Amino acid sequence: MILQTENLTKKFSSVLAVDDLSFGLEGGTISALLGGNGAGKTTTLSMLLGLLEPTSGGIRLFDQDFIRNRYSVLGRMNFSSPYVDLPQRLTVRENLTVYAKLYGVKKPKERIDQVCEEFRLQELLDRRVRKLSSGQKTRVSLAKSLINRPEFLLLDEPTASLDPDTTSWIRDLLKNYRDSQGATILFASHDMREVELLCDEVLLMKKGKLIERGSPQELLNKHNRENLEQVFLDLSREGQD
Amino acid sequence: MQSASSFGRIAALVLRYLYLLRSSWPRIIEIAYWPTMQMIIWGFVSQHFSSSSPELTAGGILISVVLVWDCLFRSHISYTLSFLEELWSRNLGNLFVSPLRPRELIAALATISMMRTLIGMLPAALLAIPFFGVSVFDMGLPLLGFFLNLVLTGWAISQFVTGILIRYGLGAESLTWVLPFLIAPFSCIYYPLSTLPEWMQSIAVFIPTTYVFEGMRALLVDGNFETGLMVKGFTLNIIYLIFGLIAFFISFQAARRHGLLLQSGE
Repeated sequence: MILQTENLTKKFSSVLAVDDLSFGLEGGTISALLGGNGAGKTTTLSMLLGLLEPTSGGIRLFDQDFIRNRYSVLGRMNFSSPYVDLPQRLTVRENLTVYAKLYGVKKPKERIDQVCEEFRLQELLDRRVRKLSSGQKTRVSLAKSLINRPEFLLLDEPTASLDPDTTSWIRDLLKNYRDSQGATILFASHDMREVELLCDEVLLMKKGKLIERGSPQELLNKHNRENLEQVFLDLSREGQD
Repeated sequence: MQSASSFGRIAALVLRYLYLLRSSWPRIIEIAYWPTMQMIIWGFVSQHFSSSSPELTAGGILISVVLVWDCLFRSHISYTLSFLEELWSRNLGNLFVSPLRPRELIAALATISMMRTLIGMLPAALLAIPFFGVSVFDMGLPLLGFFLNLVLTGWAISQFVTGILIRYGLGAESLTWVLPFLIAPFSCIYYPLSTLPEWMQSIAVFIPTTYVFEGMRALLVDGNFETGLMVKGFTLNIIYLIFGLIAFFISFQAARRHGLLLQSGE
């Protein structure tokens, strides 16, 4: 188990955003955090990244107390989100160089060449980020998230704004990365098709609580549905009447 | 596992700001433009007064204080604008999920602030020599003390401003330009402390810059270097810098509690 949360809770004034969340992730797995708007996915990711202080509960990452000692493990993680930008006035190469150095990557030039080849960014290397399309920016952000070969990768809607072809090879790339590095990937997404194709496990949240968990196939069988979207809709609407 | 040293992370962030500076020639020119303009305008004012009121301009005091006061403003603006760049580009989330510590961000901002202040002030100080025959470098070693004192005051103000920005976001952006001028009337830049009314004097004695400009006047007009004034300036600066750092770290913790680090931006 590389990640274990225990009774993780976050309260903003009177709003309970994450409510007593306990789950673990095995190393080398790809898991999806699903839930409707306001379910607590981003709040959970933020706490797992150290950007948000939990109200109570604990997080153990790589056998360390992450809440008390996050700097000892942050170098082994990385993150990408379409809602967090890279500096727009810097070129792709400059951005990746800065982040390679921030993470202490050995031989940064070689590593930048590698990730740029993987994400097909060679021709964009000397272009400023602000001149890129939203899909190209997403690829740069993903390249940045792999720059330090993270053992634990957190992604927020990793294929948002990508065309279907690019989405498909990014999915393959993430799977290959997991297989070659033994990395653990946790991502939040609204794309149920992507979740079915990419994930070993699904964690479904509603009103800050974990309400369902299992492999995509287990969830389909349990709820007697043909796709995850139907399962998601059933569980999201449950108790709404 | 790969990991950078603390120095490596500070250097990485300084590199980020240097890339930013390099990306725009107008920006580099702008850094030196305002101090040079100030120097030229005040140089002519000084020349005008040198015949009618020579006591006002003795020893090139007027041009010297203008240049030295600008060091405070430049150091503060350079520090805070670099921090604002992170907010404008919505990059804080990326920075703080990396192993970068807040204290390393502060060290990087201070380093780039010092670089930008020197880029801005050196041309103006050098041009004052052929233009008006005034060399601030004639002050010798005390100039370094005056300069460092004002840079420290600029950074102390920056700690409070960046703390407010991290906690309340870009809505508080205008404080960047407003706060340094709040202390200007009390700093006795162009006039001695005794000119101020008593109630203002009782505030001015708690402002470190007062001692810098009193010290400069003593040196340039009377030819005396007052060690006591320099020490008082440094002591107050260190106290305010410590308060500023505390305020920044309290704001950073509050931002982490309220989930503002991921949301910060335009």
